[in-house]
Amino acid sequence: MRIQIISIIGSLIFTSFILYLIRWKKLKEAYALIWGIMSIFFLILACWVDGLTFVSHMIGIFYAPATLFLVLLLTVILIMIQFSVIISRQVDKIRNLSQELALLKEQLSRMGKDKK
Amino acid sequence: MKTKTAVIVPCFNEADSIRGVIDDILSNVPEKEDWRIIVVNDCSTDNTLAELEQDGRAVVLDLPCNLGVGGAVQAGFKYAWRNNFDFAVKFDGDGQHRADYISALLEVLKNDEADFVVGSRFIDSSKKGFQSTSLRRAGIKFFRFLIRLLSGCAPSDPTSGFRAYNRAALKFATLHYPSFDYPEPEEIILMRKNNFRFKDVLTEMRERQGGVSSISLFKAVYYMFKVGFAILMVASRPKEEEHV
Repeated sequence: MRIQIISIIGSLIFTSFILYLIRWKKLKEAYALIWGIMSIFFLILACWVDGLTFVSHMIGIFYAPATLFLVLLLTVILIMIQFSVIISRQVDKIRNLSQELALLKEQLSRMGKDKK
Repeated sequence: MKTKTAVIVPCFNEADSIRGVIDDILSNVPEKEDWRIIVVNDCSTDNTLAELEQDGRAVVLDLPCNLGVGGAVQAGFKYAWRNNFDFAVKFDGDGQHRADYISALLEVLKNDEADFVVGSRFIDSSKKGFQSTSLRRAGIKFFRFLIRLLSGCAPSDPTSGFRAYNRAALKFATLHYPSFDYPEPEEIILMRKNNFRFKDVLTEMRERQGGVSSISLFKAVYYMFKVGFAILMVASRPKEEEHV
């Protein structure tokens, strides 16, 4: 019983932390989806005590906490992949911006020389 | 008609050699031709930029952060495309390439025998000039094999950075140039995949005049994996859409 209360409180804190970040624009909604799913998952598990055992048996895992680790690990991997995708996209954007900036600087200095 | 050629020189910390390179290029401009040197300074930490500004003969594109050779060259391509150059030549800033061969590369483009040309060290068996280290030659052989397997064309020197592009290839490169590190072998397969005609031209090369090669021994393994993987990925992708 005690563990259930702790985990409900814990997952509520987690959920509200995510909502707080989105609310104050510190986290983009588009990137928060996977975190949101994760917090709902925690909340469900905390409320539904036998849920973990039920799901574990359903998929053939005998040691219920292992299911929890599995899900956690998969989610973390997914989030990391999402980060890599975002980073790659940003590398492209930074490259474009840098190139444009270099071209503009050149144009500007040429205009300066023309004026003289 | 007078053709306009942009000689794009990406450079990173080439303060010792860059002026020599500019001298070399300018002393090889044929009469009645308009060549412009575009040096892309990839955020050098030495005096490269100061040297260039003092020198004043080249157009300088000064990148605000280090992009690697691919991103630097692409900046030059963008300049050449927007300023209506007919041809673009990619030329190393470390003095390895010889400007007296630029005309030979351009000749192929002018005769419309190819859309992009690679200056190769290995076409004939006489082995003139600098032939690179045995390790690098082994790598080159491997890439040649891989590219032939995937695209049917067999570039004799796929890692050579001495290249020339006509306007169609130039436009494509401004949009799709493989702009991360070590783009050369990957670029050939990308261009072939998008139906650009490719040709090798024999050139001689020198040993580098200054600076440090971008491929040191311990980077070789990374290079092989990265470039090999990139080639496979490019080969698996569909043709790019937005090009002439």
